[in-house]
Amino acid sequence: MASSYNAKEEDGHHSGAPAHGGAAAAAAKSKKPDNTAFKQQRLPAWQPILTAGTVLPAFFVIGLIFIPIGIGLFVTSNNIREFEVTATPTRDTSNVFMYYGLSNFYQNHRRYVKSRDDSQLYGDRSALTNPSKECEPYRMSDGQAIAPCGAIANSLFNDTLELYHIDSNGTRNTIPLVKKGIAWWTDKHVKFRNPGGNNNLTAAFRGTSKPVNWRKPVYDLDPSDPDNNGFINEDFIVWMRTAALPTFRKLYRIIQKKAVTTPTLPSGRYVLNISYNYPVLSFDGRKRMILSTISWMGGKNPFLGIAYITVGSICFFLGVVLLIIHHKYDTRNNSADIPN
Amino acid sequence: MLRRRLNRLFGGDERRVESRTINVGHRSGSPNEAIIPPKFCDNRIVSSKYTVWNFLPKNLFEQFRRIANFYFLIIFLVQVIVDTPTSPVTSGLPLFFVITVTAIKQGYEDWLRHKADNEVNKYPVTVLEDGRRIRKESEKIKVGDVVEVEEDETFPCDLILLQSSRDDDTCFVTTASLDGESNHKTHYTVPDTERNLESLNATIECEEPQPDLYKFVGRMHIYTNNQEPAVRSLGPENLLLKGATLKNTQKIYGVAVYSGMETKMALNYQGKSQKRSAVEKSINAFLLVYLCILVSKALVCTTLKYVWQSKPGQDEPWYNEKTQKEKDTNLYLKMFTDFLSFMVLFNFIIPVSMYVTVEMQKFLGSFFITWDKDFFDPEIKEGALVNTSDLNEELGQVEYVFTDKTGTLTQNNMEFIECCIDGFQYKYQDARSELDGFCVTDGPVNKLQQKAGREREELFLRALCLCHTVQVKESPEQAQDQVDGLTDQVDDLEVDGEVPYPSQEQRSFIASSPDEVALVKGAMRYGFTFLGLESKSMKILNRNNGVEMYELLHVLNFDPVRRRMSVIVRSKSGDTLLFCKGADSSIFPRVRQEEVERIRMHVERNATEGYRTLCVAYKCLSAEEYAQADEGLREARLALQNREEKLMAVYNQVETGMSLIGATAVEDRLQEEAAETMEALQGAGMKVWVLTGDKMETAKSTCYACRLFQRNTELLELTVRTLEDGGRRREERLHDLLNEYHKKAVQDAPPAKAGVTRSWSSANQDYGFIIDGATLSMVLNSSSESNSSRYKNLFLQICQNCTAVLCCRMAPLQKAQIVKMVKNSKGSPITLSIGDGANDVSMILEAHVGIGIKGKEGRQAVRNSDYAIPKLKHLKKLLLAHGHLYYVRIAHLVQYFFYKNLCFILPQFLYQFFCGYSQQPLYDAAYLTMYNICFTSMPILAYSLLEQHICIEVLLDNATLYREIAKNATLRWRPFLYWTLLGVFHGLLFFFGVRYLFSNPALQDNGQVFGNWSYGTIVFTVLVFTVTLKLALDTRHWTWINHFVIWGSLAFYVFFSFFWGGIIWPFLSQQRLYFVFANMLSSVSAWLVIILLILLSLLPEILLVVFRKPRGPNARQKELVQSSVGGHQSPRSSARPLLMRTFSDESNTVI
Repeated sequence: MASSYNAKEEDGHHSGAPAHGGAAAAAAKSKKPDNTAFKQQRLPAWQPILTAGTVLPAFFVIGLIFIPIGIGLFVTSNNIREFEVTATPTRDTSNVFMYYGLSNFYQNHRRYVKSRDDSQLYGDRSALTNPSKECEPYRMSDGQAIAPCGAIANSLFNDTLELYHIDSNGTRNTIPLVKKGIAWWTDKHVKFRNPGGNNNLTAAFRGTSKPVNWRKPVYDLDPSDPDNNGFINEDFIVWMRTAALPTFRKLYRIIQKKAVTTPTLPSGRYVLNISYNYPVLSFDGRKRMILSTISWMGGKNPFLGIAYITVGSICFFLGVVLLIIHHKYDTRNNSADIPN
Repeated sequence: MLRRRLNRLFGGDERRVESRTINVGHRSGSPNEAIIPPKFCDNRIVSSKYTVWNFLPKNLFEQFRRIANFYFLIIFLVQVIVDTPTSPVTSGLPLFFVITVTAIKQGYEDWLRHKADNEVNKYPVTVLEDGRRIRKESEKIKVGDVVEVEEDETFPCDLILLQSSRDDDTCFVTTASLDGESNHKTHYTVPDTERNLESLNATIECEEPQPDLYKFVGRMHIYTNNQEPAVRSLGPENLLLKGATLKNTQKIYGVAVYSGMETKMALNYQGKSQKRSAVEKSINAFLLVYLCILVSKALVCTTLKYVWQSKPGQDEPWYNEKTQKEKDTNLYLKMFTDFLSFMVLFNFIIPVSMYVTVEMQKFLGSFFITWDKDFFDPEIKEGALVNTSDLNEELGQVEYVFTDKTGTLTQNNMEFIECCIDGFQYKYQDARSELDGFCVTDGPVNKLQQKAGREREELFLRALCLCHTVQVKESPEQAQDQVDGLTDQVDDLEVDGEVPYPSQEQRSFIASSPDEVALVKGAMRYGFTFLGLESKSMKILNRNNGVEMYELLHVLNFDPVRRRMSVIVRSKSGDTLLFCKGADSSIFPRVRQEEVERIRMHVERNATEGYRTLCVAYKCLSAEEYAQADEGLREARLALQNREEKLMAVYNQVETGMSLIGATAVEDRLQEEAAETMEALQGAGMKVWVLTGDKMETAKSTCYACRLFQRNTELLELTVRTLEDGGRRREERLHDLLNEYHKKAVQDAPPAKAGVTRSWSSANQDYGFIIDGATLSMVLNSSSESNSSRYKNLFLQICQNCTAVLCCRMAPLQKAQIVKMVKNSKGSPITLSIGDGANDVSMILEAHVGIGIKGKEGRQAVRNSDYAIPKLKHLKKLLLAHGHLYYVRIAHLVQYFFYKNLCFILPQFLYQFFCGYSQQPLYDAAYLTMYNICFTSMPILAYSLLEQHICIEVLLDNATLYREIAKNATLRWRPFLYWTLLGVFHGLLFFFGVRYLFSNPALQDNGQVFGNWSYGTIVFTVLVFTVTLKLALDTRHWTWINHFVIWGSLAFYVFFSFFWGGIIWPFLSQQRLYFVFANMLSSVSAWLVIILLILLSLLPEILLVVFRKPRGPNARQKELVQSSVGGHQSPRSSARPLLMRTFSDESNTVI
């Protein structure tokens, strides 16, 4: 808005007379209107015309760019190994990401989405003991404020997944699962904060109550690591980022690659140990565990590749059609011009 | 007003006054009467609407009376009361913005009005009170005060002139600020008021205030000691209007009769009725459609919500329990609030900002008209004037043009051409090339080489010199400085040695009608010079350089009904003479019939040549006759009621039995480029109707000259003359003719195809229709009801099939009637009236668009018009270029607004299917609020101000381009449907594109997942870019401003998103977007999907543009170049009389 007004001022709207409107302004000065390009609507202008001729190359270029991108995406996506629950590990030498998936779980339900208090999670002391009304009915428990309050926190996914590799001897080797780096860096370091720093969380959370569905209080989420405890527990943070669709996956653990040559998950038999805590049958839900590698485009998703190939091909095809039309049109035009 | 009503209420039956009584100087009228000082309003002018105290409530009330504002207020209140998905801020903020901006604008305007009011109200004036001069503020003047006004001061209220410093008891006044007429008007003191104002004891009885500036009736009773009170009549010539300025007079004293809001100026202040443009009606229709979409969306969602919830475990899973309050709420109430919530969630589909943008576009856009230097007329040193900006786009939709003839098609710059005395023609030698090279031919140039008797000749010239109301401008030096449409300077009277002009002084005449000046000047060429009016006697200089004096006894003023005016003068020798001049039709019946025939021939020939003719007659009044006339006139002038009718009766009685001396022919030149303009308008598909009060022959020849009628145009004439031809009853004849013409023009004509160019249609027969006022009233007010509507229909159908229609001999009201009839006819075409005089005001007000020409007949037309232009030729650019562009701009603006909001809200609607119909918004509240205000508003505003899809020169050269947008072409249902489908397509694409991307939400290369706000942000980013780029695709005229706002808006969106997501905002309860945008940008997949979706959305658009090939501006230019090379005949305004004659001669044979 400002820009176009300013433009007018600069372009010589220097009649100081306060104008009621166009009419008043014109009446006030009975002098010749300024001969500026702007006022005479003669500002130099670029007048692009889209014709078959100009668009043609664009179509080919788009086609030529999109099809390789699409193929690249498609190949990448196909190269991503993704295994659900009963999966066979691979020889991949990259990190393997472990996801849990839920379906028919409406994390995007409005009542659910708003049932949180970000000030509390930001470490605000007053919000800790007096959480937002939005957290109802998970706001107070036994007269004490729930920390963290709200439906999202209350329904924290609490299954534990453990992965064992059974080597040729038949011994179970625990595969180390890394729980750091699963949440957004900014969430972990800025958006979520424990009240009064990360030390002595028990004291900090005194006077609050644990969410009703939780087995242990928030300061006991990960007693082993003070940097992953309380509100800044990464499992918790990941859960708190509500999913967009009722069927979703969330990053659970990362299996770090070992060395350049050895596969992260060597072939063999694996056992997935699930401590089943999280009820899903009541809402007709399903649980999944996904092991996946990740590429530059993220997780496995053939959609983008297919879409790019399709759009690229359409463009290319249209380019060809246009070329033919353009060619015919031009010759017709020329032949019509000749008699003239 | 209120008081009058109160009076009526509280038994003031005896006070139910049609008139008021005023005691001059507050002295009681007759000494024996007790003073009951009547209450009149004070002299405060209040044009402001608000005071400091009532501004807020009153302004808010007025703003919320607009349906759109009210709707948004309701939505806002729902958001406040009901638990809705979006915070009240999202709709409250835009509403607040709109309301505040409007309130500030209105407040500012009102402050200006307050200032202007104060300036007027606090202006110091001098009032005579008990013989002392007292300085007062203007607002303290009371009715009855005697006020002193000095030269060049404006009158503080409506005054009756009591005393003037001039010897002849007159004063001069200009009413430039009232009606724009800058000539000096003479006003007279009340006769016989005493020189000594202090002892003046009088009462004034006059009518209650009424807005007509030119009407005033009153009576003054002057009481002198114990004598019968003398009664003097008061007319408009005694009344000095507030707002007018005293000129050429040192000072005057007057008594206040109307004050403050009861002055005629204040009564005239009322605004005109609001005209609404067709675009606005389209907007409202579209709005209704979108309202239906909105309601049905909300209904669908509500229904599905309850269907979905009925499945077990869906409504309240263990992880998402309801609060106790929600559980307790009644089911139906819950359904209702759910419905309201959905309404609120989707309410952005009806954009509050559209109204602001449309208003802003109209307001700012209208500046381009006032700024256009092509509309600047160096003669009057003025450009175009925009009185309303609401109708800009209507200028591009005009189908019927109703134009006045005199002053509009013609210049109203009269030139005396010839005269005819006793049947002998007197004509100047053809010296047209020299502007002032007229000279008297001693011998007349007609074939007979004869000349009327010298006596008749001189009588005729004396008549010309006496029978007028022309004033001689007093100071010639001033006259030169002042360039005024009404002063006609005759500066070199010494052109020919033959002409014995004694003085070489510069002389200029002022008159209310330019015809009169032309006649007086004409008489001067023949040796009779009007020297001026001195104390009621007119001085003329005759051929022998002798000064003749005539006492001016009465002026029988001109009026359009009588169509004539007369003067009664007494010569030195004591003869009382009446000179009368007027239209032939009004003079001929009043003179001896044997004289008529000789002159009728000349008059008719002159008329066919396009000249304005006037007949001059005279009559010698005997002493008795004069006495009788004198008494009659005085009596009628004193009448308080029906003064006009009484005067008319006396006039008619006096103006009889005259003898015809001769006739004059005055040429009214065509306006510059009148023919080209008319041709362009017809080429643009407009039907031009000429509505004039003039004679048929004159008007017809003007039509030929303007090329409204062409050589091959077959004229269908329906006038009194053709009706009388058959010798049967008029009614029957009318019936027959109508049927015959209808058959010819309507039934036999091949059905016209849309977009036919004129050249094509000329293969067919062109018809022109002529009707006169009398016949028109027969058509419209036929005796039988059934006939009336039938005739009207036939008439309309004939007219609609004619290329041009000429209606002559029209009364002003009839002009408006015709406009109204066409306006309300089938298809309700858009009409435009253009005129310059007071007689055009009614049709200007009636038509959809009224255009005033800043002509010579005062400023009334301009004041009442929607747009005013200095010349007729400017109409072409106004319609073909400005109108066309405004229409295209605003139509695109409207369609685009609906489109962008549809594809804004559709994903949010679709998201409901994936979130359990829980009214979860897809976008963050900031995005919801800012979308229409900041991210997408500026590019469309810039587009709607600057777009020139075809450049102005091409529009002006190819009038046919105007037809492409005729009949609201881009705002009809088809384009609307196209835009709506486009919006739906885009909305679907945005939503499902991102939906499939999110089938695996692990979109970052570190395996982390995206949540619902990232989803919304990706959709929103695609949306903002697509919508802006779509506009960029539509923009055909990229100025730096367009570049700036389009790329600026996108940059601003990115910048804002970073900023909004970069900070933990302490005032937000949820930090939903914290680093969402930045994280989105770190994902390659998000980038790729955004690019893909934008491209895919715009692909069909690009294809359409390509296939709709010849629409590019360059293509147009090429076409144009070809056509101009081929044979672009641009007929310059050729020597018009010649042209006129050739055409009119042909025309005579056609009928």
